[in-house]
Amino acid sequence: MSAPLLEISDLKVTFATPRGAVHAVDGVSFSVGRGEVLGIVGESGSGKSVTLRAIPRLLHANATVSGQATWQGQDLFAMDAETLRRVRGGKIAAIFQEPMSALNPVLPIGQQIDEVLVAHTTLDRAARRRRAAELLGLVGIASAGTRLDQYPHEFSGGMRQRAMIAIALSANPELLLADEPTTALDVTIQDQILKLMLRLVAELGMSMVLVTHDLGVIAETCDRVAVMYAGRLCETGTVVDVFERPLHAYTRALLQSMPGEGAARAQLIPIPGQPPRIDKPVPGCAFAPRCTLAEPRCGSERPLLRALAPAHETACHAGERLLAEAGA
Amino acid sequence: MTLLSVSGLSKRFPARRGLVDVLRHTPRQAVHAVEQVSLDVMRGETLGIVGESGCGKSTLARCLVRLHEPDGGSVSFDGTDVLALEGDARRRFNRQVQMVFQDPYGSLNPRMTVGDMLGEALSVHRVVPAAEIPARVRALLDLVHLPQDAALRYPHEFSGGQRQRIGIARALAVEPSLIIADEPVSALDVSVQASIVNLFMELQDRLGLTLVFITHDLRLVKHMTHRVAVMYLGRIVEIGPTAEIFARPQHPYTQALIRAVPLVKARRRDGEVAVMGELPSPLNPPTGCAFHPRCPRAEAACAQAVPDLSDRGAGWQVACRLA
Repeated sequence: MSAPLLEISDLKVTFATPRGAVHAVDGVSFSVGRGEVLGIVGESGSGKSVTLRAIPRLLHANATVSGQATWQGQDLFAMDAETLRRVRGGKIAAIFQEPMSALNPVLPIGQQIDEVLVAHTTLDRAARRRRAAELLGLVGIASAGTRLDQYPHEFSGGMRQRAMIAIALSANPELLLADEPTTALDVTIQDQILKLMLRLVAELGMSMVLVTHDLGVIAETCDRVAVMYAGRLCETGTVVDVFERPLHAYTRALLQSMPGEGAARAQLIPIPGQPPRIDKPVPGCAFAPRCTLAEPRCGSERPLLRALAPAHETACHAGERLLAEAGA
Repeated sequence: MTLLSVSGLSKRFPARRGLVDVLRHTPRQAVHAVEQVSLDVMRGETLGIVGESGCGKSTLARCLVRLHEPDGGSVSFDGTDVLALEGDARRRFNRQVQMVFQDPYGSLNPRMTVGDMLGEALSVHRVVPAAEIPARVRALLDLVHLPQDAALRYPHEFSGGQRQRIGIARALAVEPSLIIADEPVSALDVSVQASIVNLFMELQDRLGLTLVFITHDLRLVKHMTHRVAVMYLGRIVEIGPTAEIFARPQHPYTQALIRAVPLVKARRRDGEVAVMGELPSPLNPPTGCAFHPRCPRAEAACAQAVPDLSDRGAGWQVACRLA
């Protein structure tokens, strides 16, 4: 893959709260290639959504963001408001978990698509209307002509997410950021939406960053995956490498805790303890207190992300051991 | 041996009418939440009830314990007619059948310590003499693997997984023989889910409990249930032994549902959608088989009559003309 489309380096996000600073994202670096689908997976509080929202600078004012987000040679975090406005919605679009709260309830869907077209294209009114109908068709909404004049409450959950995708695609973005886009949907609808997104990524030559807590969604949609825990990146690699030969103790434990391969009614292997609180900085590895592979240095020495195999990085002191066990 | 037997159970909810509808005297519509459900729960087994939102699985659960009064059909528990129970007899039934809910925080009193909560269940149902309550509370905490000091703490001091343990301990306090768990692990992170699933299986083996496990998560159903009932729009479309149904699902909806679940294995999606279309409105369900508008194999006759559950041997029943 040539130069990455987006490169995040040393992203840190701190929220000022009445109880003090919360380090939601703590030094995360990754890149997204052209045409690539990158998954970011983690449990609640891992910082995966904050990471995603930090990229187009969508975080609330109480967030302090540092690091770089290099987009076509420019740093998104240092960009002036006008340039950022053209990138956001134009080159980088986003969809979220709950389409009902992301859509404006008092505007017809067509008008919400039109807003994006006005902002990012030079089309005239009639051409915009045609384009809007075409977009609804693209995301699989039938009788687009009528649907354009309907309001979000007249759409079902799955249709709302399709409409969100249509809005996101209206300016032909190069990168789609998707934050748990199917978590609120039923499994047969989730299946439809994920396959629609994959088809669009391939047809339109977009890249996508997909944030989810569902390892199954990652396994079946993404090319590469980044695993997050307590605001830090644990492991990145191709989906095949990470799922078949995890090199971070947390990734391995997470995969082992899922029901699946084992005999029916066999005891599952839970991860002991609770995810750490992120209001205090952790000196060593954040997963160490729950880790069955922990060594003494894990509690004091923070493991750095390093490549142990081609395009497979881990931030785990036990990485070499796991690599040897996997027999790679 | 059958512990709980449900036959022809139906529950409808009147739909809300707007002012215009009232003025126009539009007849009040009803949501058919559960329609003609019949099933048996065997003593000591785990029966999974699975389906997507609006399929009626939670309403069915609530009808079984009479949190909702069913509109028709019968429920019998250990040979007695549950729907006819009154007074003391109903209280004895409530002791036998307990529920565990999805959101343990919403179902635990925030102003009571865990010890008081468990003690209340013990004294209301006169499970043990008052003097023995503290010892029994300690035993219950042990049973669900919570530390002893939990008794003095309030629900907000616990994590989600621990709260669900409290919910389970409270259900177990009255020594029920049947637990109905409605999405008990859906709100929990994956790594914590596993420990609660383990707890259910462990308790069941130790105490000989019968468990009705309601969930939308097919991976869990496959892992921990003996039998499974698949619901679609208020009706059971397929019911039978879990291993067999997952290996050879017969109903087109069951097939679609199983195919739609993403596997935790690296493989690129084939691009084939498991099933087209959306869930129909329960206010205005399709005629005939409710799945026919989405079914790839549907024929004209499927829109005519609702297919009955028919036996396929070994306790396996399917409601499909074509399967």
